[in-house]
Amino acid sequence: MTELYEELGLTTEEYHRIIKILGREPNRVELGMYSLMWSEHCSYKSSKRVLKMLPTRSPAVIQGPGENAGVVDIGGGWAVAFKMESHNHPSAVEPYQGAATGIGGIVRDIFTMGARPIACLDPLRFGDPSNPRTRYLVKGVVAGIAGYGNCLGIPTVAGDLYFHPCYEGNPLVNVMCVGLMRTSDLIRGVASGEGNAVILIGNRTGRDGIGGASILASQEFDETSASKRPSVQVGDPFTEKLLIEACLELRSRRLLVGLQDLGAAGLSCACSETASRGNVGMRIHVDRVPLREPDMEPFEIMISESQERMLAVAEPDKVEEVLEVCRRWGLNATVIGEVVEGDRLEGYWHGEKVFDVPADSLASLGPVYEREAARPPWQDEIHRLDWDFLQHPRDYNRVLEELVGSPNLCSRRFVWEQYDHMVQLNTVIYPGSDAAVLRIKETGRAIALACDGNGRYVHLDPYRGAQIAVAECARNIAASGGLPMAMTDCLNFGNPEKPEIFWQFTEAVRGMADAARYLEVPVVSGNVSFYNETSGEAIHPTPVVGMVGLIGTIDNRRTLAFPDAGLNVVLLGETGEDMGGSEYLFVVHGLTAGEPPRLDLALEKRVQTTCIEGIRRDLILSAHDCSEGGLAVALLECCLAGDVGARIEVSTDLDPLVWLFSESQSRFVVTVPDHALEMMESLAKKKNIPYTVIGRTGGDRLVINDWVDVDLEKMRRVRESALQDMLS
Amino acid sequence: MRFGVIVFPGSNCEMDCYHVIDKVLGQPVRYVWHQERDLGDLDCLVLPGGFSYGDYLRCGAIARFSPVMEAVKDFAAGGGLVIGICNGFQILLEAGLLPGAMLRNTSLSFICRFVHLRVENERTPWTGRAERGQVLRIPIAHGEGNYTAGEELLDEMERRGQVILRYCDPRGEVTPASNPNGSARNIAGICNEGFNVFGLMPHPERASEEMLGSIDGLVIWESVLAAAGA
Repeated sequence: MTELYEELGLTTEEYHRIIKILGREPNRVELGMYSLMWSEHCSYKSSKRVLKMLPTRSPAVIQGPGENAGVVDIGGGWAVAFKMESHNHPSAVEPYQGAATGIGGIVRDIFTMGARPIACLDPLRFGDPSNPRTRYLVKGVVAGIAGYGNCLGIPTVAGDLYFHPCYEGNPLVNVMCVGLMRTSDLIRGVASGEGNAVILIGNRTGRDGIGGASILASQEFDETSASKRPSVQVGDPFTEKLLIEACLELRSRRLLVGLQDLGAAGLSCACSETASRGNVGMRIHVDRVPLREPDMEPFEIMISESQERMLAVAEPDKVEEVLEVCRRWGLNATVIGEVVEGDRLEGYWHGEKVFDVPADSLASLGPVYEREAARPPWQDEIHRLDWDFLQHPRDYNRVLEELVGSPNLCSRRFVWEQYDHMVQLNTVIYPGSDAAVLRIKETGRAIALACDGNGRYVHLDPYRGAQIAVAECARNIAASGGLPMAMTDCLNFGNPEKPEIFWQFTEAVRGMADAARYLEVPVVSGNVSFYNETSGEAIHPTPVVGMVGLIGTIDNRRTLAFPDAGLNVVLLGETGEDMGGSEYLFVVHGLTAGEPPRLDLALEKRVQTTCIEGIRRDLILSAHDCSEGGLAVALLECCLAGDVGARIEVSTDLDPLVWLFSESQSRFVVTVPDHALEMMESLAKKKNIPYTVIGRTGGDRLVINDWVDVDLEKMRRVRESALQDMLS
Repeated sequence: MRFGVIVFPGSNCEMDCYHVIDKVLGQPVRYVWHQERDLGDLDCLVLPGGFSYGDYLRCGAIARFSPVMEAVKDFAAGGGLVIGICNGFQILLEAGLLPGAMLRNTSLSFICRFVHLRVENERTPWTGRAERGQVLRIPIAHGEGNYTAGEELLDEMERRGQVILRYCDPRGEVTPASNPNGSARNIAGICNEGFNVFGLMPHPERASEEMLGSIDGLVIWESVLAAAGA
């Protein structure tokens, strides 16, 4: 017979640990609370030790990991709060609501800090688009993001979208939100002050999402997954919008001591975390929680994951004013408890005590595991790439056409036009460029936002692949003119109890840490999503990076678009034989093999600072990161975005196939006007980076030696229509 | 000229309209809470975009019952200038201040993009600074902008000059391909019979600053300022 604790996902060892903490057997309510708070999703019990490798500080960092979001100073008395999270499993079960509530959760993390949410980004991964289920998932997820985000009036300004069969049963829906605040407006999720009131604001509590964190997020998937649908919460963006406005008003009027959103593990998490951070105790009157269904038990109320709820702590003499603000916004607000001396989180149900546990035993003193890591035996196998067996293409035009019409490289317009990417009047570079750029009305500066993460590279070499994710994201920021400031991440992996998965995880975090440290981009927040497996098959290890960069003045922003005819096309960086893991191999030969591109962090940094300085000095008029699909695809993207052709003439010892489609890192395609060419060249020399004038813009074709000669209009049609055609 | 931007629960373009009126036009402006009833201090009311009351029902169907809407009706009946943008347009339709109704976009998806609009009637307070046939590039962002009305009503509206803006291509040709949402006769913006109430799906406030990609929306704001003699 299985014990209740086992059904709730706790191990026997963990159960005994609870008994030791309490000095007795836990009751049903307590058991439910521990099972959620000690789940992988809430406790980071497998990842905690590894994550310590990540650099988290810089002079600009105001708040690093450990709060609801990281906060970074952007000058002029203003700061941005940001974080990325996953909603993978809920989205696999119910794509629309899964994605929608993912947005809801991450947005709450941001305004909880006292910041007004100003942008969302959505990195997505799906299986093969020819599979009807993939099409259903993509449409549902995109509609869910649009339905929720658009309603909130938060622009979705960037994201990325990759397809690979490894995500077939387990798509990745990662969501990032960025908020803007005065540095003085920072609120933390801390309860303090004996006698202060604990107020629950927002939606009534129902049975939706009971056990979401343990059932959905911390277990693998199998055929019975559809039966988990009741664990997915249902989103109500209207209430969330009211919560944003009400909480920001409470912040501005300085009515709060602390603020915490309710996400995974609901009240259990919000109460224990705020009490634990503030080193205080908390008494909760569970019977005062407004319910959607009257017959709910204390156990259910404490773990319900009903959406759009916030927990506020306020001094007794401010309570009436807090309730009044909430009433005016049409929101429920109820005093459900108070801050007390000590360290106990106690719950009462009509006067009877129903739980009594040390708050930090739930929030921060859960089990921590040192999982076994072992390099999988097949790792060497996938590095093997025998070119002699692959047919060398004759017609490069055709390869280029095939690539720009392929699922991972074609235009994403079909997706981002469903998102309101303009509301709030800050978006000065729209989706479709390397990074989105938002003006900061209050300071005249701008921020650049991008996200990245090529799971194929990480699968082939977790250490280098993860380094590339950080480097490429920073490169996207640099191409837009931004100086990379800080990053967040969402680490999507399989089951950490398997040694090869944990090896992937450890190696990837080590790679991210090394790259982040070298490029001076601290990690200020993030999320780990394990158990991304279907019937024992794990996804590619997929760390996704989200980054924020600063642009000193709004005019120093760039897009990828060739701005005019008659400009020099310049390659910063150098092309080498880096065909492993490339889109070329994947699209043309159906292969995910070889070693991913080499990465020299020192060169990477020099190339990026050259690009940023070239833009700042107006030597560079457009810039594009050269990555998936190689130079040929990058050049074509610049041409199409600017609606101007280019003639490229190069002499090289490389095989044309390599020159065109190799995915060597640390490269930018930039345009430089004649009068600035000399200065650009001396800048590149000073920075000691490879620099080549490869051609000139003009005409309505892209011509590369006698290898490629394509008509832009034809290529545009292929690139623009591909995604919609694939999905319908 | 004193503007009032109405804030319904769920409005989300009110700050954008406020910003443009205040910072770009340099005109006095205040927010009007949905429970207010006194609009006596204002010359022009703006019903902004968003999802009033969540719009889980038909867009604008609940907002029209807001206390402020009685005052808006009185304001309009007295000849006051009222402009409804996107959700604001939908609310004006639901409130009966403008004729016709909205259906979901034919694509059944939300669409956010720049579109081209042809000015069909320049003799209104909203388009006086434009020329007939002028093409404006202004973004749309909606899921329910497929304007519809009976054929007879449409004919009458056309005859009276109530059709103010139509979706067109960059050259000003009104074509099926340039219709983003399936609207009857490519209609993007209409007036009431008195021309003091104007509803449009595109967002002129999003096309009022160079760095946002277009300043074609300014012609609407400047027209209304000119009409009021501000």
